[in-house]
Amino acid sequence: MANEGVNQGRRRFLTATTAVVGGVGVVAAAVPFIKSWEPSARAKSAGAPVMADIGKVESGQMVTFEWRGQPVWVVNRSKEQLDALASQDARLKDPKSDNADQQPDYAKNEHRSIKPEWLVLVGLCTHLGCVPDYYPELKAEPFDPAWKGGFYCPCHKSRYDMAGRVYDGVPAPANLRVPPYHFVTDTQIQIGVDPAKGAA
Amino acid sequence: MTKRALSSIVLALGLVAGGGAALASEGGAELPAANTNVKDTASLQRGARLFFNYCVGCHSLRYQRYSRTAEDLGLSEQEVMQNLNFTGAKFGDPVVASMPGKDAQAWFGKAPPDLSLEVRAKGADWVYNYLRSFYLDPSRPVGWNNTVFPNASMPNPLWELQGVQHAVYAPAGAGAEAAIEKLELAQPGRLAPAQFDQAARDLTAFLQYVAEPAALQRHRIGVWVLLYLAAFTFIAWLLKREYWKDVH
Amino acid sequence: MATAHVTVKPRNRVLAWIEERLPILSFTASHTSEYYAPKNFNVMYYFGSLAMLVLVNQIVTGIFLTMSYKPDAALAFASVEYIMRDVEWGWLIRYMHSTGASLFFVVIYLHMFRGLIYGSYKKPRELVWLLGMFIFLALMAEAFMGYVLPWGNMSFWGAKVIISLFGAVPVVGDTLVQWIMGDYNPADATLNRFFALHVIALPLVLLLLVVLHLAALHEVGSNNPDGVEIKEKKGPNGRPLDGIPFHPYYTVKDLFGVGMFLLIAAFIIFFEPTVGGWFLEHDNFIPADNLVTPTHIKPVWYFTPFYAILRVIPSKLGGVIAMFSAIVLLFLVPWLDRGKVKSIRYRGLGYKLAIAMFALVFVLLGAIGAGKTGEWIPELFGAAADVTLIENAFGRTLTLLYFGFFLFLWAYTHFGLEKTKPVPERVTTHD
Repeated sequence: MANEGVNQGRRRFLTATTAVVGGVGVVAAAVPFIKSWEPSARAKSAGAPVMADIGKVESGQMVTFEWRGQPVWVVNRSKEQLDALASQDARLKDPKSDNADQQPDYAKNEHRSIKPEWLVLVGLCTHLGCVPDYYPELKAEPFDPAWKGGFYCPCHKSRYDMAGRVYDGVPAPANLRVPPYHFVTDTQIQIGVDPAKGAA
Repeated sequence: MTKRALSSIVLALGLVAGGGAALASEGGAELPAANTNVKDTASLQRGARLFFNYCVGCHSLRYQRYSRTAEDLGLSEQEVMQNLNFTGAKFGDPVVASMPGKDAQAWFGKAPPDLSLEVRAKGADWVYNYLRSFYLDPSRPVGWNNTVFPNASMPNPLWELQGVQHAVYAPAGAGAEAAIEKLELAQPGRLAPAQFDQAARDLTAFLQYVAEPAALQRHRIGVWVLLYLAAFTFIAWLLKREYWKDVH
Repeated sequence: MATAHVTVKPRNRVLAWIEERLPILSFTASHTSEYYAPKNFNVMYYFGSLAMLVLVNQIVTGIFLTMSYKPDAALAFASVEYIMRDVEWGWLIRYMHSTGASLFFVVIYLHMFRGLIYGSYKKPRELVWLLGMFIFLALMAEAFMGYVLPWGNMSFWGAKVIISLFGAVPVVGDTLVQWIMGDYNPADATLNRFFALHVIALPLVLLLLVVLHLAALHEVGSNNPDGVEIKEKKGPNGRPLDGIPFHPYYTVKDLFGVGMFLLIAAFIIFFEPTVGGWFLEHDNFIPADNLVTPTHIKPVWYFTPFYAILRVIPSKLGGVIAMFSAIVLLFLVPWLDRGKVKSIRYRGLGYKLAIAMFALVFVLLGAIGAGKTGEWIPELFGAAADVTLIENAFGRTLTLLYFGFFLFLWAYTHFGLEKTKPVPERVTTHD
C-alpha cells in the first residue's frame, strides 16, 4: 500500500457522491414501508360515506351513526336550544368558528350546520378523543349552573354548547368537528361527502 | 481464478433463469399461447365487461374491489356501478357472485371456484384455451365437456358468442378408447371464430390483471429502480477503483 | 488476521466520555479499519456481506409483513392477498421477502462452495465452518416455516410431507408427528406455532449464530483464494504484508457488490417475482386444501437436492437417514479432509475433479427433486420409457456419488494420494 500520489479531492468527491446517492436510495426505499401504514383499501372501503336516515329524529333528540369507526351525532335542535346559542358567545373560545379545521365552510355560521335545526358533529372531544355526553336540557347542571344545553366530556370536564362550540376554561382546545355531509333528501343525509357545488 | 469463480456464478444464475424459462413453458407446450397484454387497457375493459356479463353469476373475485378495478381500468365510479356491478355491492366492496354458493353447489355438484387467482394458479394460456375448448357432450350432467379440463362440471358460459362445438374423434386403436382429434364448430355463435378468440383473450387478460393488480405498478416502478441501481453501482465502482489504487 | 484490539481516544468530550465507559468506537475500529483482510479476495468473497444484507432485508420486510399477516388457518391466505392488494406497497414488501428468501439460499450456497474450494474450513477455521453450518441448518428451518405461512396448497402439503419425515423415527415417530403439528393434520395450531418460530424464535437463533460466526472469523482472520495465512508474513509495522484494512478497501468493494446484487434482486422483484414458479409456486396461489394434493408436489428449489435423496431411496427410514446424513456430512468436512493445502489452486487433480463432480451432482439431484427429470427422460429415451425406473437409477447413482465425495475426500487425503503443488509464501493475485 502506498498513499503517495493519491488524488484526495477526487476521493472525497466520490465518497460524498456515493453517500448522497446511496442515501437518496435508502430514503426512497423507506417510503413504501412508511406508506404501508396508511389506511389500506379495506380500511378506506369500510370508511366510505354512510347514509343516515333522520326522518324519525324528534325535536331535541340525538341519534348516533358510525362513520370511519367514529361516532357521528345528528341532533334535531329545538327552537329553545337554537335561541340560546347566541347568548353563550361571550363564554366560548371560538364563538365565530374561525378555526377552519373544525368545520367545512358551509358549516361556518352561527348554528354550525347546513340547516339550522340539524346539527351534525363528530362525537369526539377535541381534548383527547373521549365521547362527551349529551345534556340537552337548559337547566343548571352540577358542572355548570348556567347550562343552556350541550355536551359534557366525562374524561376531563370539557364542555360544549348546542353547536359543539367549546367553552372557555376547559382543557379542550377547539370546537367539536363537523364532518363533511350533505342532505340527499329532507330526511336523509350522507356523511363523508360534501354537498355538490352550489347545492348546499 | 476470478474468471473461474465468475463463470460458476453465471452458471448458477443461468440454471435458475433457464429453469424458470423451462417451467414457464411447461404445460404450455401443447397449448397455444394466450398472447394477453395487461397493459392494454381497452382489452382489460372488454374483458371486464365479459366477466361481469357472463361469469360473475357464479364466480366471485373475492380479493378484487370494484373501486380498484375502476382505478386500474380507467373507468369512473359511475361506469363501474352502472355497467359492471349487478349485485348492489358498494363501490369499495370486493366482487362476489350473484348466485348463492349453496344453489351453485346443488346445480353443478360443487361450488364454482373464486377466480381472483385463477391465472396465477393455472397460467394465462390454460385459462385462454379452457375458454375456447368447450364441446357438447350429452354424457355429462351439464351437457358440456372440455378438452383442456376433461369432465369439468361447468357449462360453456360463452356459447352464445362462440357457438356450439362438437368433438371429432380419431379412429380408435384396438381396445383403446377413441381420442378427441379436434373440435368442430357445429353451430356458429354471434361472433366469428377470430372475434371469439379475441374475446377469450380479453377475458383472460382481465383475469390476469385481477390475479395480480400490482403487476401494472411494478413494471412502471421497476424501470426507475433499475436505472437508479445502475447509476449507484457505477458510482460505487468508481469509488472502489479509486481506493484500490492504493493496493499493489 | 486476528482482530487487533485497538483503543480509540476521541477528541470530542462527549464521545470520549462514552468511549471510556462503553468502547464502542474501539470495537468498531477493531473490526473495520484495523481488521486486516487478505488483499486477494475474488468475486466469490462477496457472498458473506451479501448474506448479511439479505438477512437484514428479511428482518425488515418480515417485521412489516407481520403487521398485516394473520397466523390463522382461516385467515392466513386471504391476509397475504390483502397484503398484495389492499396494503399500500404491500406487494413490494412481500416480493422483497419472498425473493429475499430464495436469494438467501443462492448466496449461502455460493458462500459455502467458496469455503469448500478454498479450504476455508481447515485449521484454524473449523469453528467458523461449523457455526456457518449451524446457520445453514437454522436457515433451512426458518425458510421451511416461512413457506408454510401463506397457507396455500403447497404450503399445506409441504408442511404435511416434511413433518411426516419425523414419522420415520422408530417407535415414537407417529407421536412426534402429532406433537409437531398439534393436530392430526397440519392445521391452525401448526400454522400458529410455525409463525411464532418463524418470526421470533429462529431469527433470534440466526442472529446469535451470525454474531458468533463473525466473531470466530475475526479471531482467526479470513482465508483467501491462495489459502495463504497472511499473518505469517508481517511488515515492520506489525501489519500483514498481504493484508489491507477491511475499511475502506472492502467496504467500498462490497458496496459495489451490493449494487450488482440489488440490480439482480430488483429485476426479479419488479419483473419476474415468481421466477416462472421457482420462487413462488403456481399451486401456492390455491388456498390450502386438506383433501387435494397438488399434482406436482415438490419443495422449493433450495431443498430439492436433499429431497431427491429422500425420494430415490426405497425405504422411509433409510431415505430420511440418508437425507439428514447428506447435511451432517457437510459439518464433518474439516475432519474428513486431512489435506494440508487449502486452496483448490494448489491441490491435486483428484480433488479438482471430485469437487467439480460434487457440484454437478448437487445440481442434478436438485433437478430430480424439482421433478425436471420427469420431463427430460421421455425426451431422451422416448415416450415409452419407464420414467420411475430411469429416474431412480439415475438418482441413486447421484446419491452414491454425493456420499462418495466425502469418502473420497477422506481416503484421498488420509492415505496421502494427493499430489499437491507448492503453495506460494505470499498471495499471488488481486484485483
